Amino acid sequence: MSERNLTYREALSEGLVQAMERDDSIFVTGIAVDYSSGIFGTTSEALRRFGPKRVFDAPAMENALAGIAIGAAAMGKRPVVVHPRADFAFLAMDQLVNLAAKWKYMFAGRAGSLPLVVRAVIGRGWGQGATHSQSLQSIFAHFPGIAVVMPASPGDAKGLTAAALAADHPTVILEYRTLYESTGPVAEDYYREEIGRARTVRIGKDVTIVAASQLVLEAIAAAKTLADMGIDAEIVDPRSIRPLDESAILASVRKTGRLIVADTSWSLCGFASEIAALAAERAFAQLRAPVRRITLPDCPAPVSYKLEEAFYPGAADIVNAAASFFGMAEGKETASNKLVGEFKGPY
Amino acid sequence: MTADRQTLLYLYRRLSYIRQAESLLVRLYKEQQMRTPTHFGIGQEAVAVGVCGALRQGDVVYTHHRSHNHYLAQGGDFFALASELYGRSTGCSEGRGGSVHLTARESGFIASSAILGEMVAVAAGSALAFKIDGETRVAVSFFGDATCEEGVFYETLNYAAIHKLPVLLVCENNLYSTESSLSVRQPPGTDLCARARAFGLSALSVDGNDVEAVYNAAEEILQNIRAGVGPTFLECRTYRWLEHVGPNYDHDMGRTYRQRAELEEWMARCPVKRCAAKLMESQAISEQEIARIEADFDAELEAAAAKARQQPFPDASDLFRNVW
Ligand SMILES: Cc1ncc(C[n+]2csc(CCOP(=O)(O)OP(=O)(O)O)c2C)c(N)n1
Repeated sequence: MSERNLTYREALSEGLVQAMERDDSIFVTGIAVDYSSGIFGTTSEALRRFGPKRVFDAPAMENALAGIAIGAAAMGKRPVVVHPRADFAFLAMDQLVNLAAKWKYMFAGRAGSLPLVVRAVIGRGWGQGATHSQSLQSIFAHFPGIAVVMPASPGDAKGLTAAALAADHPTVILEYRTLYESTGPVAEDYYREEIGRARTVRIGKDVTIVAASQLVLEAIAAAKTLADMGIDAEIVDPRSIRPLDESAILASVRKTGRLIVADTSWSLCGFASEIAALAAERAFAQLRAPVRRITLPDCPAPVSYKLEEAFYPGAADIVNAAASFFGMAEGKETASNKLVGEFKGPY
Repeated sequence: MTADRQTLLYLYRRLSYIRQAESLLVRLYKEQQMRTPTHFGIGQEAVAVGVCGALRQGDVVYTHHRSHNHYLAQGGDFFALASELYGRSTGCSEGRGGSVHLTARESGFIASSAILGEMVAVAAGSALAFKIDGETRVAVSFFGDATCEEGVFYETLNYAAIHKLPVLLVCENNLYSTESSLSVRQPPGTDLCARARAFGLSALSVDGNDVEAVYNAAEEILQNIRAGVGPTFLECRTYRWLEHVGPNYDHDMGRTYRQRAELEEWMARCPVKRCAAKLMESQAISEQEIARIEADFDAELEAAAAKARQQPFPDASDLFRNVW
C-alpha cells in the first residue's frame, strides 16, 4: 500500500468516504455536517460524493437524535452522529448509555446489534472554555457495551474510523481539536485498525508514558527532551479506552518499572487513574516509583489565553514527571508541539 | 372504514388471549418467583390489539415499561415472556431483560425500554431508515401520557415532522403517571393532540377501550402514513386497573391517589367485555363460544407458564455473553 502524508482531518475524511463507498447503509448527520466548514472539513468530501441523502444536517436535538440513530441502526443502517463539541453529547447520554450500550446484552442479541458511530470533538482550541472543550472518554468508557477510541495520528484517525464503521457495536470516536491540522503517513487504500489494540509509539527502557489523544504528541516532544537528558522513554498510545489493551500497557510498565499517564481530562475517576490502578494491581512488583498522572488541573476549563496556558498540561509536565523519577531537577523548559499555537478560530 | 365481522372476531380473540395471559401472570407473580418489577396492562388491551391488528408484515413496534400487551398483540410468544419473568434461559431476552426489556424481533416487536421517551425517538429512527430506503413500512411507538412530559418526545415530534417520517406515535393516556394525576403534570385543559398538531403532526384521539375504534383509526392512519402524509399522533384514552407496578389493586394496598369508584367506572367499560358484547349483539359469537375460547386459552397459557417455570436458569458462566 502506498502511503503519503495527510492531515488528521483529511485522514478522517478519507476513512469516512472509503467506508461509505463500501457500505451504502452509512449516513452522517448532526449539527453542521453539511456546512461548508464540514466539521473541520471532515465531512465535506462525503457530502460532495454521496449527496444530502447520506450527509444531512440535524436540529439541535442531541437526545432524540441519538435515539433516532439507534432506531435506524436497529433496522440495519450505520448512522454516524457528529457532535461539533463533545459537551453537547451530555444531552444524548440517556440514549447512548441506557439503551445503545445495553441493547445487545439486555435483549440477548435477539433485537439485533447497533452499529452506530458517534464522533465528538474534544479539547483545547481557542478559548473554548468550560463547556466547549471537555473530554468525555472516562464517562463513555465507564459503561460496558460501548467502544471509545481516541485516535492521535492521521493513520489511526482513518483506520479507527473505518473500524468503527465496520463494527457491530456502538463506537464513540473522540477527536482532539488541535489534532486536525497535524500530519502523518496514511495508506491510500481502505484499511482498519483494530479497536482495542494499543500502539507503541516509541520504544524505550526507562519510563513508560501512556498518553491519550493529543497528549501522545506532547509525549513525543517530551521524549526528545528526555533523550537529551539520558532518559529513554517508551510511549504507549492506548488508542482505544474501551476495550482497553491492558496487556500492552502492562508489558511496558513491567519492562520500565516507571509509569506516567497523560490524559486530556481530569484525574478523579478518570482514565489516568484507571491506568494507575491497573499498574498497581497487576504490575506492583515491577514498579520502582509511584505512578504519576498528568491531567487537567481540578477546575473547569478557563477561557483567557493566559489561564489556558496554565490549565492545559503538555510536554514540559511529562518531562518534569519523568525527571523526578531520576532525581533530576524539575522545571526544564520543553518545546510543546506547535499545534496549539497555530490553531486558528473561530472554533 | 370499519372493521368487518371477521376482523372483530379476530380482535376479540386477541383481547381475550392477552387478558387471560396477564391475569395468569398476575396470579403467578404473587408467588414471588418472578423477580422482575412488572407493570401489568390489564384494562388497556384494546390499544395494543387495535393498533397491532392493523399493522402489516414488516412494520415494527417499540414500547415502554408497560409492555406485555404490545408484545403479545404483536405475536410475541407467551412461553418466552413467562420464561423471561421467571428469569429463565428460555426467556425472550434470555433472562437479561426482565419484564421491561422484551423483544420478539421476528414478530416485528423490536424492543421495549424502561426509560420514558426513549423508544419514541428510536421508532422515529427506524422510520427514518424506511424513508431513506423508500419502503412503505411503518414504525410504531407505544407510550404513556407521562412520556408527553419528556423533552425527547418534543424533539422527536419536531424531527418526525421535518422529515415526514412514517411513524405512528400511540399515547395510552391512562390519566396517571405512577401515583401522579394529570392535574399535577399538565396544565388544565391540556390537549395532547393539539400539542402534536402544533409540531406539524396529524393527531387523533379515540376511546382506547373500544378496540374497534382503535383499529379503525389505526387502519386509516396507517394507510395515510404509507401514502406519505407523515407522522401521526394517536391518543387512546384508557385506564390501568392495577397498581402502577405489581399485581395488586391500589385499594388492596391502601393507596388513595385515586378512588375506587373511578376504577369501577372504567371497569364497567372493560375493553374485552365490550367487544364480546358487541359480537354477541350481532350474533357473531355466542356465550358458549366465548367460554370455550377462554377455556382453551387458559389451558394453553397455564401449560406454557408451567413449562417456563421448569426451564433452567441461565448459566453464570454465560454472564458476559452479548456485551459486544
Ligand atoms: C426517564 C424516566 N423517568 C422516570 C421514570 C420512572 N417511571 C416509570 S413508569 C413512570 C410512569 C409512567 O407513566 P405513563 O407514561 O403515563 O405510563 P403508565 O405507567 O401510566 O403506563 C415513571 C415516572 C422512568 N422509568 N424513566
